Amino acid sequence: MSIFVDENTKVIVQGLTGGQGRFHGLRNRDYGTQVVGGVTPGKGGSDVDGVPVFNSVKEAVDATGATASFVVVPPKFAAAAILEAAEGGITFIVCITEGIPAHDEAVTYNRLVEEFPGVRLLGPNCPGIISPGKCNIGITSGDIALAGGPVGIVSRSGTLTYQALHELSQQGIGQTTCVGIGGDPVPGTNFVDCLAAFEADPETKAVMMIGEIGGSEEERAAEWIKANMTKPVVAYVAGITAPPGRKMGHAGAIISGSKGTASAKMDALRDAGVFVCANPTEAGQKMVDIVQAL
Amino acid sequence: MDLFEYQGKQYFARFGIAVSPGDVADTVQEALAVAREVGYPVVVKAQVKVGGRGKAGGVKLASNDDEVRLHAGNILGLDIKGHVVKRLWIEHASDIEKEYYASFTLDRPNKTHLGMLSAQGGVEIEVVAEENPDAIAFLSIDPVRGLDLATARRWVDEAQLDEVAREQAAELLVKLYRCYSEGDCDLAEVNPLILTPEGKVHALDAKVTLDENASFRHPEWAAYRATETEDPREKMAKEKGLNYIGLDGTVGIIANGAGLAMSTLDVVNQVGGTAANFLDIGGGADANVMAAALEVINADPKVKSIFVNIFGGITRVDEVANGVLEALKRVTITSPIVLRLDGTNAVEGRAILAPHLNDTLIMEPTMLDAARRAVTLAQA
Repeated sequence: MSIFVDENTKVIVQGLTGGQGRFHGLRNRDYGTQVVGGVTPGKGGSDVDGVPVFNSVKEAVDATGATASFVVVPPKFAAAAILEAAEGGITFIVCITEGIPAHDEAVTYNRLVEEFPGVRLLGPNCPGIISPGKCNIGITSGDIALAGGPVGIVSRSGTLTYQALHELSQQGIGQTTCVGIGGDPVPGTNFVDCLAAFEADPETKAVMMIGEIGGSEEERAAEWIKANMTKPVVAYVAGITAPPGRKMGHAGAIISGSKGTASAKMDALRDAGVFVCANPTEAGQKMVDIVQAL
Repeated sequence: MDLFEYQGKQYFARFGIAVSPGDVADTVQEALAVAREVGYPVVVKAQVKVGGRGKAGGVKLASNDDEVRLHAGNILGLDIKGHVVKRLWIEHASDIEKEYYASFTLDRPNKTHLGMLSAQGGVEIEVVAEENPDAIAFLSIDPVRGLDLATARRWVDEAQLDEVAREQAAELLVKLYRCYSEGDCDLAEVNPLILTPEGKVHALDAKVTLDENASFRHPEWAAYRATETEDPREKMAKEKGLNYIGLDGTVGIIANGAGLAMSTLDVVNQVGGTAANFLDIGGGADANVMAAALEVINADPKVKSIFVNIFGGITRVDEVANGVLEALKRVTITSPIVLRLDGTNAVEGRAILAPHLNDTLIMEPTMLDAARRAVTLAQA
């Protein structure tokens, strides 16, 4: 099984008529994802390579029955687009936009929690989600993923996610779902959400988790794992050599004072029984060993 | 982006937060003019983005023209922890009855905002948190609702500020929260927030960090950006639109994606080397981006080898390979380049580079192999 999405998930793309939206939206469709519509205000009635475009999310949902949305709009408009999706009846929102102001993210997250408790936001600033062979929403290249499980992946980084997929797929080990939760300070979905979903999914037998400096989501994940997780978890945390006080590419990847260091995160995970590896290759190899021993 | 104290105070003033009357000065003459304008006694303060200015002799009280000349002359050009003082802030000296602390930041675990208020200001809040955590009143603020005056009043009571200061402090905190939220700050901190013997409350210092993702709605930030005292390498990279952070090592790093770039630094370190920089060229890196990246790294005299670590997703490795060749035509690179290319179109990309490989353009099959080779070359 997969988590959050599957072959029946109907997806609309907010920003389908833009360059990025068109490129990734059509790539997702070509992968086999049910991309049923696009949304661009003022362009309703047109189409993008056969995918109908609507003026609003509400119209698109009424016409297509979509439950998921892929938000590919510039930072200035992203918060409004996410809320429009929730108001329009979408329950799973993937936002890849990088560069949204932190205050907008904080307001958006809390409005979703308060006004739309059934809605899950993935991202912003994430590569999206892929359940190999079933559904791909986002910018991950479908051909590096391998269907059939048994590994679930959850990651804060895009390219390291690709690296993880690649390491496993090359050795013939498939994935149930690979979730990129994104590198921003206020992620809609966190490690614990994904770990809980993987723990509950019978087809996922082991989980690979890729963290990085900044915040305390890895420490919270460690606590959760210690208390609840029965499946093996392999982890890698990027940024052991990162200098404090600098945003390392991602807005959320910053060591503040002495908080959010990679070593503290690795210690917490190790203490929770997680196999903590020193680099992505080692993590890939460890996962291969675990799966082969299952 | 961190602001200088004077910029922070100017930013506070935009939101009606009381600060001491003062102005900037870049010369002793300007310092004198400001001192006479704001009235003696004055405080002469070094403008550097580093803590511990007072201990380093960067903050001095002056009661007359001669003292301003003396202190301004001494402080301008002073090296404080590697930061050379180029600008002073001169303000009218305040008499201090009490020192408090106030700040707002994002509470990442709870996805809300966090206010911290203490009647024990003037010292590092981390020290207070460690030694006397009960002295800090924490306030969790829902970003949707914000901070209202009624809540701020309860908060100043809880923090046990002096009675006479409470109403003014509550009003100031509401303004500071507006500055933090509408002003798109990652951090807005006042330490100390003071109570004067006359019973006035105002901000004696200002520490402000702005969220650069919000630049698009703050054209006024351009002035702050212009005064950023940056590493010349970072300045050059920024002008070329690259996401670069200068470090002290000898292996130049080029990677695509923030996570992979960070991981590349880690791996170089694991195999015994040190990274000269963090550089994320992002998705879809073409010849221009690659040329710019190589140029910035080439300009760093400490760099002895360059590690290009690419995992193609949306970025196509064949385009990266062409970019490297194109860049090498435009820029003369003095250090050997070690490449690791994987992901989308890696086979095509490696084939493009194969005929050009030599002692200074080297391909390795994995990230670890490439890191080892780059480190060996840097140490040769």
